[in-house]
Amino acid sequence: MKSSLSRRHIFNQIFLYSAAILLALWTLAPLYLIALAAFSTKEAVFQWPKLFLPTAFSTETMAFFVSSTGVLDSVWNSVVVALVTVAASLILGAPGGYALARFRFRGRDAIQLGFLVSKMFPTAILSVPLAVAFLQMDLYDTIWGVALMHTAMALPFVIIVTAGIFVGVPRDLEEAAQTLGCNRLQAFLRVVAPLTIPGLAAAAIFTFVLSWNEVFAATILTLRNRTLPAQVLSGLSGSPLYYRYAGGFFMILPAVVFIFAIRKYLLNMWGNIVR
Amino acid sequence: MAGIQFQSIRKIFGKTIAANDVSLEIKNGEFMVLLGPSGCGKTTLLRCLAGLERVDGGRVFIGDRDVTDLAPRDRKIAMVFQSYAVFPHLTVFDNIAFGLQMQNRPRDEIKRRVEESARMLELSDYLKRYPAQLSGGQRQRVAVARAIVMQAAVLLMDEPLSNLDALLRLQMRAELKRLHSDIKATTIYVTHDQVEALSLGDRIAVMQNGRIVQCDAPMNIYDYPANKFVGGFIGTPPMNFLPGVVRVNDGKPVAVVGESQIAPSAALASALSAKNGQPILLGIRPENLALAPSQQANTIRARVRVVEPLGSHKLLTMQVGSEISKVSVAPDQRVAPDEDVWLHFDPEKIRWMDAASGEAISSIV
Ligand SMILES: Nc1ncnc2c1ncn2[C@@H]1O[C@H](COP(=O)(O)OP(=O)(O)O)[C@@H](O)[C@H]1O
Ligand SMILES: [Mg+2]
Repeated sequence: MKSSLSRRHIFNQIFLYSAAILLALWTLAPLYLIALAAFSTKEAVFQWPKLFLPTAFSTETMAFFVSSTGVLDSVWNSVVVALVTVAASLILGAPGGYALARFRFRGRDAIQLGFLVSKMFPTAILSVPLAVAFLQMDLYDTIWGVALMHTAMALPFVIIVTAGIFVGVPRDLEEAAQTLGCNRLQAFLRVVAPLTIPGLAAAAIFTFVLSWNEVFAATILTLRNRTLPAQVLSGLSGSPLYYRYAGGFFMILPAVVFIFAIRKYLLNMWGNIVR
Repeated sequence: MAGIQFQSIRKIFGKTIAANDVSLEIKNGEFMVLLGPSGCGKTTLLRCLAGLERVDGGRVFIGDRDVTDLAPRDRKIAMVFQSYAVFPHLTVFDNIAFGLQMQNRPRDEIKRRVEESARMLELSDYLKRYPAQLSGGQRQRVAVARAIVMQAAVLLMDEPLSNLDALLRLQMRAELKRLHSDIKATTIYVTHDQVEALSLGDRIAVMQNGRIVQCDAPMNIYDYPANKFVGGFIGTPPMNFLPGVVRVNDGKPVAVVGESQIAPSAALASALSAKNGQPILLGIRPENLALAPSQQANTIRARVRVVEPLGSHKLLTMQVGSEISKVSVAPDQRVAPDEDVWLHFDPEKIRWMDAASGEAISSIV
């Protein structure tokens, strides 16, 4: 009896760990292969059968990719766009999240649903009207236009996530601060802000990655002032395979680093705002 | 330097009337307890005074200032929250200092006053700790210290002891009472615990369904409940209510209960003689019933159901007609279950109530 129970336990453990390892391989293997190819000699990329160890290490393709025209400019564009997106979507979205978290108002549930629905709307349908509108507003082919677009795309996410963060701060704390001499803004700055900064920082980093990786809107809204993904997409689609690996690796890198840095907050962020 | 006045305060949440035209006057330095079952509107009333809730009608005065439309920070109050609401990102010192820092007090004054409050609440050794490193009882003390350090004229407390275990609650209750006699701030204390209310209050305002049903000194509330609700809410075990009918014989009213007759006190006689034939409730506390050796004036036949020796007294559960009554007797009283006994009513201690409305019948007609 006892031994069959513990055997079952062992089987469960084996199953659990196998599943976890499979899942990890599913994501890690492509990352590894891209990294491997990006740092191999041109010849090694085409070599068959493949060696899964870095035997032909070389920074040649990587160096060529980084120094080719437009790449460093597009990196700069990407950084600016992502930073503007983070700032704008937090400045606009965090108060919205705060309102969702703190106040019960008419249409509150409809708004939350609306955010989800807007996420389901295919951006492709909007591409021509967007390009036209941006042309009319003189925003076409500017990084500000892309940042504006990314902000619009990130806002629902930022509002929902910050609402979840603010719900985690008991209302009593703010009210206590108010009875101790704060107005509403001071209560927010002195009590809510310090308690939510880790969560807000995680949301900011996540928004940064969203913008950094976004390619569709960036491609249709720019011609010359491209962000990195748009540049890579248009510039490398006709290039040899080994440059594509280099470009791919270059794009993945920040996302991987950021996600790794904030992994412990991600669980929080995808928590609930049920109330 | 500040009394408090609620004038016809009304507060509505959707369909719930949380405060239904509540009027209450609290004297300067008084310790007023708001007592009532959960959901009767105690917290709402307190929050209306603190400015955390907007009133839907009526005015609030602190001292002679109309504060109805002022923000919480302009009302010169200090409040202890039921959840304590201690700031988790600040040390005990900074928690207590928070309000003084908001007032931009000089640094040495803040230090002096924080240390004094901490000493009063035995927190001196914990000033550098964060709330997460404190026990529930210590966190509660931080909440109290943070409020009293403000030296506000008005101190509000919302069930400050309800999250503590029984022993700690007993200890803190006495400390809060001592604290009030030291600082003498006008205090409103919300609780649903009638023992806390009796122990702490200069006066108790008993609330039910958004109204104050009785406001008086603790012993008056205990001895002369205004209605059946108050009598039943206060006291452990609560007041007994025995149904009877008024009968007037030769101008002298009595209550007929089963086969017995109970006479009212002289003061009540005239009020009752107008109620011949009307149903009535006799409210009496367990300690005002006694076992009598034989039938005599104001006794009723009863059967002992359960005997509970509780150390300081024995608690008897009695069958009186079809009703159950609790009786408290001396611990050495000889009594056994299923025994038939005579129960004696102390006429001076009976609260006569109208059976239909549950309102006490007053001796003043
Ligand atoms: N913010 C609110 N929204 C809706 N209803 C509320 C709110 N606050 C209190 N109530 C309702 O008002 C009534 C009184 O509540 P409260 O003052 O908290 O009672 P107590 O403190 O005596 O337990 C309750 O029925 C409660 O459900
Ligand atoms: Mg309450």
